[in-house]
Amino acid sequence: MAENSLSVRLTQSGPIPLAAEFSCAAGEMLALVGPSGSGKTTILRAIAGVYRPRAGDIRCNGEVWLDRAAGIDLPPQARHAGLVFQNYALFPHLDAVRNIEAALGHLAPGARRARALELLDRVHLTGLEHRLPRELSGGQQQRVALARALARDPKVLLLDEPFSAVDQVTRRRLQRELAQLRRQLAIPIVLVTHDLEEAGFLADRMVVLQRGETLQSGPPFDVMARPRTLQVARLVDFRNLFHGEIVAHEADHTRLAWRGYTLEAPLSPQYGIGSRVCWGILPAHCIVHRRDRPSHGERENPIAGTIGEFLPFGENASVSMWIDGDRDLELTLSLPLHVARRNGLAAGSELRVTLLREGIHLMPWEPLDRSIERSGPSRAGLPRETTPRV
Amino acid sequence: MDWSALLLSIKLAVATALLLVPLAIAVAHALAWRRFPGKAAVEAVVALPLVLPPTVLGYYLLATFAPTSSLGHLYQGITGSTLAFSFAGLLVASVIANIPFAVQPVQRGLESIAPEVREAAWLCGMSPWRVFWKIELPLAWPGILTAAVLVFAHTLGEFGVVLMVGGNIPGETRTIAIAIYDRAQALDDRAAGAMSATLLLLAFASIGFVYWLDRARRRRG
Repeated sequence: MAENSLSVRLTQSGPIPLAAEFSCAAGEMLALVGPSGSGKTTILRAIAGVYRPRAGDIRCNGEVWLDRAAGIDLPPQARHAGLVFQNYALFPHLDAVRNIEAALGHLAPGARRARALELLDRVHLTGLEHRLPRELSGGQQQRVALARALARDPKVLLLDEPFSAVDQVTRRRLQRELAQLRRQLAIPIVLVTHDLEEAGFLADRMVVLQRGETLQSGPPFDVMARPRTLQVARLVDFRNLFHGEIVAHEADHTRLAWRGYTLEAPLSPQYGIGSRVCWGILPAHCIVHRRDRPSHGERENPIAGTIGEFLPFGENASVSMWIDGDRDLELTLSLPLHVARRNGLAAGSELRVTLLREGIHLMPWEPLDRSIERSGPSRAGLPRETTPRV
Repeated sequence: MDWSALLLSIKLAVATALLLVPLAIAVAHALAWRRFPGKAAVEAVVALPLVLPPTVLGYYLLATFAPTSSLGHLYQGITGSTLAFSFAGLLVASVIANIPFAVQPVQRGLESIAPEVREAAWLCGMSPWRVFWKIELPLAWPGILTAAVLVFAHTLGEFGVVLMVGGNIPGETRTIAIAIYDRAQALDDRAAGAMSATLLLLAFASIGFVYWLDRARRRRG
């Protein structure tokens, strides 16, 4: 294991099932993502030493923090982990500066105040030193909690949904600040979040968890674009999932039969000819054909359909297309609103798109939940332009 | 008005509170956060004096304090006097009778501290002892103060256990509650009335203080 890095392996069948294994290098930010109850917070608490799993080992900075087999389980005081709790857990009877001083027990009493003020300055709270937590806004409390977590010069920084309790504007600002702050920190940072966008924005790598089990890890956009299984695909909100059959492997691509179409997909010889697969494509890889100016690229996996739903979202529009008019076969794509306007796209209009070959992602066959295939608005009534759903 | 009885009652109430509150903090600390076998039984024993008739508690304490019992014998061997019908005996009885009044408010006070706040204190590197002094005690103090006031007020008015264990020895075991009974029996309505009014005022002030404290705590959030 590299110096200064964190490695975690936790296994237990109950009371909270865990089968998690991952590592995080110094200076790296790792996001643990998964639905509620997937064990993200439990894993973070286990690293900090405030949750005691039945089996596993945790190493950080060359030290063994937990090794159940060897009977090692360091108390939280001895682990030097900085944890920002979801609700911040500030000491309600101590003002901001004393909250930070509480974590400076390793310094001489005379040096603590100066260091605490320095940390408050680092999180832009100078002037609010003597406010009690209840006199601070959510965002300010979060900064005090972050400063307190950093006060002990931790060997790992753990963030438990640190932005969930603040408004959208504050969240954006705090996220940017964290992105700046982390460049100064040469320790592993583990971020728990259920917000995929946040993971993509902040983290170098993400680990997808379900029921305490690590399903896949990698750079966020890799995991989101190339989920290993259908299960991961659903957890990372990968839309456009279908069944198909491998028909041929050519020199540079694989041919996939799907609903009367033969699609070109990236060469995937691991799937035998005739085998059934799941496949998917991200909305960003579906390119709308311009009506006024057909182009050469339109020969790549062309698909036709009718727009079932047209939802403008700010500068973009989410479009659900019923392939060949089949309301049970829906393709979701996203495109800039000005492109949609220029092409006169609205509910009910005809549409032709290209499924970019490199965007088609194959996964092992698993039954598709019909509700996924049919996800989208109710089929009752005629297609209509709907109001934005934000 | 029996001033010596009032003074004795106040002395007993203060001594009981001073002895019992630290003990209650230790017990409440274990009950609030530790998990151990037989916890429900311990909680039941703690609450028992609430429902037990004072005479029953007094009877068992008297039997325990008798020079023929091992505890009574031991105490007599060390001090040369008996526990029964003495101030020391009264104090022990009072501590036992007041356990629920002390433990329960302290336990509620400690339980009101969010688990994450204690965990955050550990992660700040604070030892359990330091967490207790710097975090738990300051946050649970309304509960601790409530316990002290309740014990004080309840001891001041305790009658059954005192009569069983202490009897009615002026200056030694005759508390104000016993003195009221004594004066009422002697048809001395003036003295009984004055002492009753004194106790009523003290009780009202104590309970009023507890409620005020609770409201102040809630206002602070």
